[in-house]
Amino acid sequence: MAPTPAFSAITLPHALPLDSGEVLEGVQIAFETYGELAADKGNAILLCHALTGDQFVASEHPITGKPGWWERMVGPGKPIDTGRFHVICANVIGSCMGSTGPASEGPEGKPHAMAFPVITIRDMVRGLIGLLDVLGIERLHAVVGGSMGGMQALSLAANFPERAERVLAIATTARHSAQNIAFHEVGRQAIMADPAWADGEYYASGITPDAGLAVARMAAHITYLSEEGLTEKFGRRLQDRTEKGFGFDADFQVESYLRYQGSGFTRRFDANSYLYITRAMDYFDIAEEHGGLLADAFAGTTSRFCLVSFDSDWLYPTAESRHVVHALNAAGAPVSFVELSAPFGHDSFLLEVPALDRVVKGFLE
Amino acid sequence: MSVLQNSALRPDLAVILDHIAHGSRALDVGCGDGVLMAALRDEKQVDARGIEIDGACVERCVARGLSVVQGDADRDLTFYPDGAFDYAILSQTLQTAARPDRIMQELLRVGRRAFVSFPNFAYWRMRKALLLGGRMPVTRHLPVTWYETQNIHHVTVKDFEALANDLGITISNRWFFTNQREISASGANWRAEYALFEVGR
Repeated sequence: MAPTPAFSAITLPHALPLDSGEVLEGVQIAFETYGELAADKGNAILLCHALTGDQFVASEHPITGKPGWWERMVGPGKPIDTGRFHVICANVIGSCMGSTGPASEGPEGKPHAMAFPVITIRDMVRGLIGLLDVLGIERLHAVVGGSMGGMQALSLAANFPERAERVLAIATTARHSAQNIAFHEVGRQAIMADPAWADGEYYASGITPDAGLAVARMAAHITYLSEEGLTEKFGRRLQDRTEKGFGFDADFQVESYLRYQGSGFTRRFDANSYLYITRAMDYFDIAEEHGGLLADAFAGTTSRFCLVSFDSDWLYPTAESRHVVHALNAAGAPVSFVELSAPFGHDSFLLEVPALDRVVKGFLE
Repeated sequence: MSVLQNSALRPDLAVILDHIAHGSRALDVGCGDGVLMAALRDEKQVDARGIEIDGACVERCVARGLSVVQGDADRDLTFYPDGAFDYAILSQTLQTAARPDRIMQELLRVGRRAFVSFPNFAYWRMRKALLLGGRMPVTRHLPVTWYETQNIHHVTVKDFEALANDLGITISNRWFFTNQREISASGANWRAEYALFEVGR
């Protein structure tokens, strides 16, 4: 990881109780905002980022220099119109872009590393609510998120039902399936098998488990795409050569692409954060938190909900969204749901899908 | 003959709008692009929800600020709790259902009352086309050929009344339409292009 740049952040005035029973003191939440907050503070939209995302949703990333991860969705005149709405996007706890996580300094003046407590999606949401409290925002116009961000949006609706008027959850689920957990376990094992991981105590040495983290990213990245998308983009085409090399270089374009994705990722993400955040996602099960019945999680909600899935998403397939929709119906909540057709797999929510723009814009107005 | 107050709506939808109580809860099954739901919301402050199978229609509904779930009426009504709605609406969809009898029972499980409209396959022009032409009719109201139509159960006014009787469903109101106008009930099984029934238990 590159040296950490300075972030806009607040420190929570209260200790943060965690699902594990542990308590985090002096929690820092790094965040970005876009658009003006109305005088009555009624136009705030909380945007929740995905596993490896961060608060730079619509502004240049300070490490990579790349545009924000949802630049196409968030901005003046865009579906999430910063001319009308005050958009807040925070780095979740456990992550590594300025919010408290395994890489941030612990009580003894050195990084927490694996002494950082295991967190959950609900703990992340508690951190976000803490931020809203500091900002004086009682009720959000909407909470919006895709993938892990959608989990946070649903968790916020279930645990803090009075805090959001609208809940927009895209390409997500109310619980991680065995298959989801399995893919994450492959990533974690890749990191922990890297000698440079050193039981998580790599911060002082400056030698980071990049090989393991890159493999974790490569494995996960495959789950974000669709077979159709991969075939269309790469097929079996060779990279920079006309014949197979009969070796283990990246002969195929798809190999070269994954290696590129993996190496780019290690420059901006902390391996221990990857362990903690994937664990949080694997533990995620809203029904379990509410006595086993998902509908009970949403009983008495006053929010309007909209769920969106993509027909090519096999990480969080449409059935997962339907499961949530049926629970919301049973709870009597106003809910919309649409399965959009897109070729990009799970990543569709980040890419050019004009129908998603229309749904997002329509739902937020 | 009642005066249709909302001329922008198809006549059966206008009648439904007229007969739904202000501020009630309604589920529109097969709601299309949400034209009735929007009218119910805007003119009667109805808490309207929809189910629609076509994704493009759902997208338009969501963009209008309506609460619509993409789903299949044959399968997804079971996920709605008993008595969740004052009214369930099934407009021009009964004839596309896999099991119209089950849909009727589901409608009156989730709704206290239901409005059901459908094309009347005993309409004289349809009879004539089949009798004289010997081919499945293609009419103004049913403009699609037999092999690409969504209609899989061809129901008539008399059939529907018999089904209601079989299922112990009470018909409290009935309206008949031809040429986008309401017509009298006499000889409706011959004369009506389509029909609308209000039913309850």
